[in-house]
Amino acid sequence: MKPAPFAYTKARTLKEAVALLSKHKDDARLLAGGQSLIATLNMRLSAPDLLIDINGIKGLDGIAKKGKTIEIGALARHTQVERSDVIAKHAPLIALAMPHIGHPAIRNRGTFGGSIAFADPAAELPACLLALGAEIEIAGPKGKRRVKADAFFKGLFETALKPREVLTAVRVPAADKNTRVGFAELARRHGDYAMVGLAASARAAGKGKESKLADVRLAFFGVGATPVRAKKSEAALAGGNVDAAVAALDLDPDDDVQASGAVKKHLAGVLLRRVAKQLMEPAS
Amino acid sequence: MTDTALDISLTVNGERVAERVDARKTLVDFLREDLVLTGSHIGCEHGVCGACTVRVNGEIVRGCLMLAVQCDGATVETIEGLSDTTEIADLQAAFEQRNALQCGYCTPGMLVAAQDLLKRANNNKTVPSREDIRAHLSGNYCRCTGYHAIVDAVQAVAQQRAGGKK
Repeated sequence: MKPAPFAYTKARTLKEAVALLSKHKDDARLLAGGQSLIATLNMRLSAPDLLIDINGIKGLDGIAKKGKTIEIGALARHTQVERSDVIAKHAPLIALAMPHIGHPAIRNRGTFGGSIAFADPAAELPACLLALGAEIEIAGPKGKRRVKADAFFKGLFETALKPREVLTAVRVPAADKNTRVGFAELARRHGDYAMVGLAASARAAGKGKESKLADVRLAFFGVGATPVRAKKSEAALAGGNVDAAVAALDLDPDDDVQASGAVKKHLAGVLLRRVAKQLMEPAS
Repeated sequence: MTDTALDISLTVNGERVAERVDARKTLVDFLREDLVLTGSHIGCEHGVCGACTVRVNGEIVRGCLMLAVQCDGATVETIEGLSDTTEIADLQAAFEQRNALQCGYCTPGMLVAAQDLLKRANNNKTVPSREDIRAHLSGNYCRCTGYHAIVDAVQAVAQQRAGGKK
């Protein structure tokens, strides 16, 4: 299908984007990478009167280490993140997830911030941010504010972003020698949205045979309206018991087009075993 | 300045093009309808099938997930361009020799995506494995061949271009 008619304009600055959103309210949509938005326009699942193209706004696509934090600009393309040395070195969970996001042609256009703002429940990056305890920076008419990932994803395609706001950057803690991360997903075709996926982070505590995990964060995706943490399993895994962690999986996925809820729950356990192994082995 | 139709100028396959386009027109519709470059095909129109794959500023994109108005000032290359410059002559020959196509609908997108991998591998002086090839072409559906012949063809060209090295 073809999109319904709409008007198009370019925002040159963040201020201009916020002003345009304030003026047009729900009739306007921000166009970043467009890899979800244009598909929904083509399918006429969405029919805004105006697209505000933010691709020309300068300074929103940086990737940098700032102290103990890695800052990723909202307009950084997935490919740019995938090829970034800063990400490879300091944000290993995100580096693991990148090759699973769509396909090369999609990653060339799709943006990091767009994926977070769209908040598809089966997408990789929202779960990564939840697992890392990331912070999301938002600009609005009253200036900038920051929201923790735990409070950002509110419901199906629903986030803490308000109608006049623009997501501008994401901050994740830089990994250190005690950081452990793990990532796995199951999809029918490489690059498609996951049937079930798991992004995880933890800290190594203790040494040698006494080595244990602390601060375990398990963020599952494709199992609910938002990425969800399996907190009972986190506690069990911190105690070093993988079987108990699988048994404690407090997830209740609904059936969807990909699989029944029961199958998804089983697959979540399979992924948890794979990811637990990654978490317990130091990164090579 | 919010318009439903805009003037754009861009370079398509080495030629300057200036047109007025509807804001809602996708890049692949612009290429096919306005420029009659019908080598880029339209399959799913929502980014799943890869039949519309073209290059914009040197990087492959979905022609159905980019608007023509977004290509103002850009350099666009389609299968016609890649074919005319003989950039992919060896790849096309390998597809033919190994029956890597039947109906041909996916072939232009498949060639553009495969060339992207081969070009990058060549720049990095690496030879992509079958797994690399499958991962890179994962976004391109073929409903005829079962993919084996396509992977064979791309792998053969990868090895040829690397000078026969494995």
